[in-house]
Amino acid sequence: MSAVIENHHDDHHHGPAKGITRWLYTTNHKDIGTLYLWFSFAMFLIGGAMAMVIRAELFQPGMQIVEPEFYNQMITLHGLIMIFGGVMPAFVGLANWLVPMQIGAPDMALPRMNNLSFWILPFAFFILLSSLFMEGGAPNFGWTFYAPLSTTYAPPSVTFFIFSVHIMGASSIMGSINVVVTIMNMRAPGVGLMKMPLFVWSWLITAYLLIAVMPVLAGAVTMMLMDIHFGTSFFNAAGGGDPVLFQHIFWFFGHPEVYIMILPAFGIVSHIIETFSRKQLFGYSSMVWAMLSIAILSFVVWAHHMFTVGLPLAAEIFFMWATMLIAVPTGVKVFNWVATMFRGSITFETPMLFAIAFVVLFTIGGLSGLMLAIVPADFQYHDTYFVVAHFHYVLVPGAIFSIMAAVYYWIPKWTGNMYDERLGKLHFWLSFIGVNVTFFPQHFIGLAGMPRRYPDYALQFADWNMVSSVGAFLFGFSQLLFLFIVVKTVMGGKKATDQVWEGAKGLEWSVASPAPYHTFSTPPKVD
Amino acid sequence: MNKGAKKTLIRLVVAVPLMFAFGFALVPLYDVFCEVTGINGKVFQSEHSEDLMSDDGRSIALQFISTNNENMPWTFKPSEQVMKIETGKYHSATFYVKNTTNKRMVAQAVPSVAPSNAAAHLKKLECFCFEQQELMPGEEALLPVKLLVSNELPSNIKNIILSYTIFDITDYDDEALAHHEMDME
Repeated sequence: MSAVIENHHDDHHHGPAKGITRWLYTTNHKDIGTLYLWFSFAMFLIGGAMAMVIRAELFQPGMQIVEPEFYNQMITLHGLIMIFGGVMPAFVGLANWLVPMQIGAPDMALPRMNNLSFWILPFAFFILLSSLFMEGGAPNFGWTFYAPLSTTYAPPSVTFFIFSVHIMGASSIMGSINVVVTIMNMRAPGVGLMKMPLFVWSWLITAYLLIAVMPVLAGAVTMMLMDIHFGTSFFNAAGGGDPVLFQHIFWFFGHPEVYIMILPAFGIVSHIIETFSRKQLFGYSSMVWAMLSIAILSFVVWAHHMFTVGLPLAAEIFFMWATMLIAVPTGVKVFNWVATMFRGSITFETPMLFAIAFVVLFTIGGLSGLMLAIVPADFQYHDTYFVVAHFHYVLVPGAIFSIMAAVYYWIPKWTGNMYDERLGKLHFWLSFIGVNVTFFPQHFIGLAGMPRRYPDYALQFADWNMVSSVGAFLFGFSQLLFLFIVVKTVMGGKKATDQVWEGAKGLEWSVASPAPYHTFSTPPKVD
Repeated sequence: MNKGAKKTLIRLVVAVPLMFAFGFALVPLYDVFCEVTGINGKVFQSEHSEDLMSDDGRSIALQFISTNNENMPWTFKPSEQVMKIETGKYHSATFYVKNTTNKRMVAQAVPSVAPSNAAAHLKKLECFCFEQQELMPGEEALLPVKLLVSNELPSNIKNIILSYTIFDITDYDDEALAHHEMDME
């Protein structure tokens, strides 16, 4: 691939506006990408601080630091903030930065909507966080907000929670529409669908998933709103409704949602492993088909979250097998990553370390997922710390490691400066050790029967909980190092070359470092 | 924006309200699915039918369970805990209720059948759960249920449990509830 040199267009170009208005009014995909990434970093630290409160309380059995009511608010907000404020906006930010550059487009297709979809997000989280200071406290029913906990027994602030979920949903939907329209219509000539970089593919599929399920989530919270304020009985058995219906609707959204949080990670990791193995990615088209199959299957497995509600046997068997079927395309992907590394000339820069850790640890999380898919076993594991260990393994060293890998990998292109490799590696090892010390013991206490979402526990779980808390503090505080590294790189550092990495391929590496404010105003030539 | 982009945009913008509506459509779909498959233990009112009646039925046990939801103060219990019944014949049973408070109250009973694959074979001609119960302070009543278990009941089922949970709905908007009831029937 090669790019057109853009210098002769300089007279049409202008840099960013000055001051705060640059960020308020910007329609530039790079600015908006930066806003999303910083926003998600802020949310990551806030959600992380809540995780520290949780782990501090669980350091020892008995109640020491917070009230049980406040503990419940912490677990609820931690989940909501990390999912909707941390992981999702980080991926949208990466999509904003990278999708136009990777397909040779000058910007996103709908730049003004892009601005809107970012700027409503801070309001959504302001509303959600402000509920902490309201009478009755913040939402305390867990991030899955099952009815009737979230309707009949909810604190009054639930209405603010509903409104903030509506805004988050609107933001995600607008962002996704933008991504789809951009990818489907603004690819440079020669970038066919099956020639698109895998990160673009992963986001195309993710965006379709978001458009399909975020409105269903909006519907679910709207029904809650109506049950609470307008006397309907969607989820109220006394009025002919059904609380189990809530779980069906929620997980119809919720299961595709977990793939929304992992598919872009698959794209990122594919790029990084390819680059640092200095080989062509193994099995490009099977990677695409695997992501498509995972996305389609994600719509028919939702009830594996509900094995214990009293589903008929036939349904339990169907959802068990459908869930296990997902291991096949996922296995294809893991195989391809390993095959890409096989006999490659691998070097272990920070992004590659995070990517390899992703492959190993995400696979562990996937395997514990398979264990949970086994119906009779799930009756034992359901709502224990085994589930907590499982989804944190796929989300922290899965989704979040991939985001960190992406930041290290592309930050030289964004800022024009290399990050400090020594500090990057230190950050990696602290995070890697921290994450495993935190979450691996949770498998043990989960299998031993410790239920999730309680501020206190029986004495036999004390040792592993203490280990887990120590790991969590290590992981949590190492993220301040990450913040330091990012700020240091933005401020300065060794200048990056245009290609940055020896093995890097793709249109984004053909533009200058740092990437000019406007790129590909004329489409590049791609063979 | 070029033409293709506009087309994609319009399609996606239409998809969003459709999926929003689909979320709401899941509510009736869920009921229909449960009714067709008979899972969820829901039983709907049925007409009197000679076809279901026969003399060569078998004997099974019908067990009644009553539950008070949350703070529902009424006394609520089946007149008989267990009945021996014949499949293919109509049987009647009663539940005793008493409003133990000193104010007027309205209640709604919600039924459930176990095992769930028996629900499709349970035909209710009459049930107090199809309507609301309004009782004055201290008032008591015998609530009737008339039902038939069809001969097609799987032969491994020898015991059916019919359970009712009674809810206090005095404070609910009666009109909204009336609508919902009509939908249920």
